[in-house]
Amino acid sequence: MDVNPKDRQLLGALEDGLALVARPYARLATALGFSELDVIARLRRLTADGVIRRFGVVVRHRELGYRANAMVVWDLPDETVSETGRSLAALPFITLCYRRPRRPPHWPYNLFCMIHGRDRRSVEALVETATRHAGLDGRPRAILFSRRRFKQRGARYAPRAAAAG
Amino acid sequence: MAALAEQPTRDDSRPAPSFDEDERRLLDEFQRDFPLTPRPFAEIGRRLGLREDSVLAGYARLAAAGAISRIGAIVAPQRLGWSTLAAMAVPEERLEEVAGLVSGFEAVNHNYEREHHFNLWFVATGRGKAEVAETLARISAATGLEVLDLPLEEAFRLDLGFPLQWT
Repeated sequence: MDVNPKDRQLLGALEDGLALVARPYARLATALGFSELDVIARLRRLTADGVIRRFGVVVRHRELGYRANAMVVWDLPDETVSETGRSLAALPFITLCYRRPRRPPHWPYNLFCMIHGRDRRSVEALVETATRHAGLDGRPRAILFSRRRFKQRGARYAPRAAAAG
Repeated sequence: MAALAEQPTRDDSRPAPSFDEDERRLLDEFQRDFPLTPRPFAEIGRRLGLREDSVLAGYARLAAAGAISRIGAIVAPQRLGWSTLAAMAVPEERLEEVAGLVSGFEAVNHNYEREHHFNLWFVATGRGKAEVAETLARISAATGLEVLDLPLEEAFRLDLGFPLQWT
């Protein structure tokens, strides 16, 4: 599906989220020179077409008591990495699961998962559960706990001036 | 809920928050399929048995408490432009400086310190692959450090929201 220029403008204007007002889509529409119904129709279509993966509340894990988060990475054979990825993705506590390229010699890992938990020990226990579930005992892996968050916000796909239209 | 410049947040830096039942439902039940109707907060109120102004006040409190980042769209990776995960191995004594420089780029959205030789991890986005490559090249040039470019090649699970457990 094509994402047309007006869709891009709309997604750009939405990057900081909806205003907390009774008619937030009308506010977006005013800013863009669209109609309220056009804004809503576009968001519905973009969601139905999968350009918007989800539309809703984006939580901050840490502020909700999920203090530990780990990026867990494995080095898996190219022939089996997809099967393993699908197996891991079926676990409810795996919040993201992607294949990415290796960058030898320093970075040998090609499967990336995110796990959030209340504390470090609970995340470690979940990593072991995942390891057993996917039959990954003995596979090279690393657990990268986060230490500090420097920045978290929505992605910007266009420069701000252009996004504001 | 505008994205302000953030103070670095350390793990275990705050007490566990407490939210009432209505606030929990506002957090849990609208991470997906937020109403796309002219008065979405009234629609949420209808479903939860709350007034529209109570729903708005509830989200305002959650935003003020830092529990929500925003109400908005998570765009599928690489449908709208290009994005990548990038990593750097930054000497400890330079970490604050380099992290600040990286966060200063509009194109960077998430930026975390992690426990590894590669200790700084961030997501960079742009209109296309070349624009993202340019951002990484500028970061590398400004810091004199190598930047690993680790774009998504296959997604097994995308961001579907986060199931909260309140116990």
